[in-house]
Amino acid sequence: MTTTRRSFMRTTAAAATATGLTAALTAGRTPQGQGSDELKIGLIGCGGRGTGAISQALKTKGATRLVAIADMFVDRLEECVTNLAEDEALKGRIEVPKQRRFVGADAYQGVFASDCDVVVIATPPHFRPQHFEAAIAAKKNVFFEKPVAVDSPGVRRVLAAAEKAQQLGLVVCCGLQRHHSNGYLEIMKQIHGGALGRILFARCSWNQGGLWHKDRQPQWSDMEWQLRNWLYFTWLSGDHIVEQHVHNLDVVNWAMQAHPVKARGMGGRQVRTDPKFGHIFDHHAVQYLYESGAWCFSECRQIDGCANDVSEHVYGTHGEAHMDTGRWRITGENEWTWSGKNNDPYQTEHDDLFAAIRAGKPFNDGRMVAESTLTAIMGRMATYSGKEVTWDQALNSDEKWGPASYEFGPLPVDPVPMPGQKKPG
Amino acid sequence: MVVSLVCLTACDGDVDPKPGDPNFRGYIQQVRDDVTFEMIPIAGGSFRMGSPDTEPGRGADEGPQIEVEVDPFWIEKCEVTWAQFDVWNTDTTRPQSKQPDGVSRPTPAYMDMTFNMGRDGYPAICMSHAAARQYCKWLSEKTSRFYRLPTEAEWEYACRAGTDTAYACAGDPTAGLADAAWFDQNSARVLEPGAPAVPAYHPVGQKKPNAWGICDLQGNVAEWVADHYLADAYAAVHGAAPRKNPYFEPPRDELGRPVRFPHVVRGGSWRDAASALRAAARRSSEPAWNERDPQIPKSLWYLTEGQHVGFRVVRPFREPSPEERARFENLDLPVSPRIPR
Repeated sequence: MTTTRRSFMRTTAAAATATGLTAALTAGRTPQGQGSDELKIGLIGCGGRGTGAISQALKTKGATRLVAIADMFVDRLEECVTNLAEDEALKGRIEVPKQRRFVGADAYQGVFASDCDVVVIATPPHFRPQHFEAAIAAKKNVFFEKPVAVDSPGVRRVLAAAEKAQQLGLVVCCGLQRHHSNGYLEIMKQIHGGALGRILFARCSWNQGGLWHKDRQPQWSDMEWQLRNWLYFTWLSGDHIVEQHVHNLDVVNWAMQAHPVKARGMGGRQVRTDPKFGHIFDHHAVQYLYESGAWCFSECRQIDGCANDVSEHVYGTHGEAHMDTGRWRITGENEWTWSGKNNDPYQTEHDDLFAAIRAGKPFNDGRMVAESTLTAIMGRMATYSGKEVTWDQALNSDEKWGPASYEFGPLPVDPVPMPGQKKPG
Repeated sequence: MVVSLVCLTACDGDVDPKPGDPNFRGYIQQVRDDVTFEMIPIAGGSFRMGSPDTEPGRGADEGPQIEVEVDPFWIEKCEVTWAQFDVWNTDTTRPQSKQPDGVSRPTPAYMDMTFNMGRDGYPAICMSHAAARQYCKWLSEKTSRFYRLPTEAEWEYACRAGTDTAYACAGDPTAGLADAAWFDQNSARVLEPGAPAVPAYHPVGQKKPNAWGICDLQGNVAEWVADHYLADAYAAVHGAAPRKNPYFEPPRDELGRPVRFPHVVRGGSWRDAASALRAAARRSSEPAWNERDPQIPKSLWYLTEGQHVGFRVVRPFREPSPEERARFENLDLPVSPRIPR
């Protein structure tokens, strides 16, 4: 299976037309929520981001209600309910009695069995393919956080489910919030309009200090300890190149209107070596080659006390585009600086999702976010193995991360990958 | 809500230091071997706080003007830099906690809080009011000297430095201000070689100090002061007699708990228009300063949209009583449902 972004664009347009026809021919069988007044929402994954996303979903225009929630852990679920209840603006919009609070590994099924129209999926990335598949099977509109998988088989499941969502006319919105930021949208118009000429190369980085972790409690099994510290285990987060840097790689793909075809890279675990930080790397540097011949030089690092940088830059024959937080500008022949009002993209992504459902005009981020996720996974395959990795290799790899079943008990930590020794996957 | 105004009065018998008093000189405070900052002595005195209603660009919350007396204090010459802030941020003797509880240091930031504007020599930004207060508490414990945020009155007194014009020592906004302050008309600089200059903060202490030797009170980063923001603060205490050391503490809600937000920033910033740099200009903190934190609960330490917000410290000449200290250091307020700022 070979995909390119261009072929995706064509597929979208064709499918959208087909969907419109189908909808017209099967009146009364529209996907859940479209055209109705109140939109009911379910949440899977009640952490800080899931709680934030629900708040944003509930605050979109029109009547909304949270009707079902699920989490692996009861304490996280209850904290979520408490925190939402403290927001005056959400009064009357939260209706999750005990029988619609689901806890455990299969808790998500309770949410899909509910009558919600939209599901917000904010569990650790490992579970995304499974939950997204189940959401589409239950004909729910979806908001799911990035990244959408941690390995190639997961990406393929998301691609297939996204295709099915397209046929069903469901709205699929992902948490790559830069796609809903005024500044990014405008600079991309400029870039796609040719402001830079032919793109020669790009560079992007997410270099910052370390993130949170939770001290192991005596009563926690290996599994519980890993789940609660999911950032530090490749099977759960995909490593930080996938979990965090996917944002920047996605912007470069967006600018190039393509995904890369090859990656080579290096990385390691140099400073953040304490076993409490699992086994992931603390830095990766990857060079991506695109079909056009353009390169992308990418860096990500989570080490305290180093120079920080979170930005994307694209260089063409006629100019350069510089994008970092809150600033967007183009130099060269077509000089341009973003001077519009910055929006809150975390709110806007939900505004866009809910407006699309209400208007019956679905959009589907599924393939876009799956490709951006796979771009990051391809980079990780290159840094873990030290080998060059092609897009087709990455897309078709059978390497699956994670245990065969999810049981609270012993779970050894995967070894730190050794370049030159590890297979690309 | 009940407005509470507390006057921090000197003990009977205390005499203000005379000029040249050896106990009241400027000094260098060491924070770590390689990190220091300078403190400037400010003699006590009186001034008229706020602005007349004829002042161009004035906000209604700047009046009515009140007569104020302040006790002597030291004020930090420049804004707190990242280097100073990071000594605290990386102090591994302190636990990292989600709560500014008087003991902890911030949890790790999930993004780079310099926003690519530079770190070495630049002012620290994007911290909540609680984080700034807790930094002061940590600094006090570390140095055995009592440091805190300035009150609004102390800040304006230091900014005016004996002047009573709209732009204080900076004089006319079209002439003197550009020599004294970074604001939206002159703060643009090249962050990325080859890219056009964009508005940004600047290293501290590059502009001309004011008449009392203090830098960047106006512009660069707006500065947290200790006070709760009350739009009608001056009206509530307006009267014939001068107010001594006014400090506007949080009002109480219907359950008797201190209201947590908003607080005041002063001085305007690199991204503000000139009128925000007026000596009397007050600005209330806003929930939007925390908008880019996509989590709930939002961080109580960081303000991801507070890229214009920093602070500096003061030290009262007279060591305050434990009760007076507590008014500034009391951080264990109940968690409020409102968005941190």
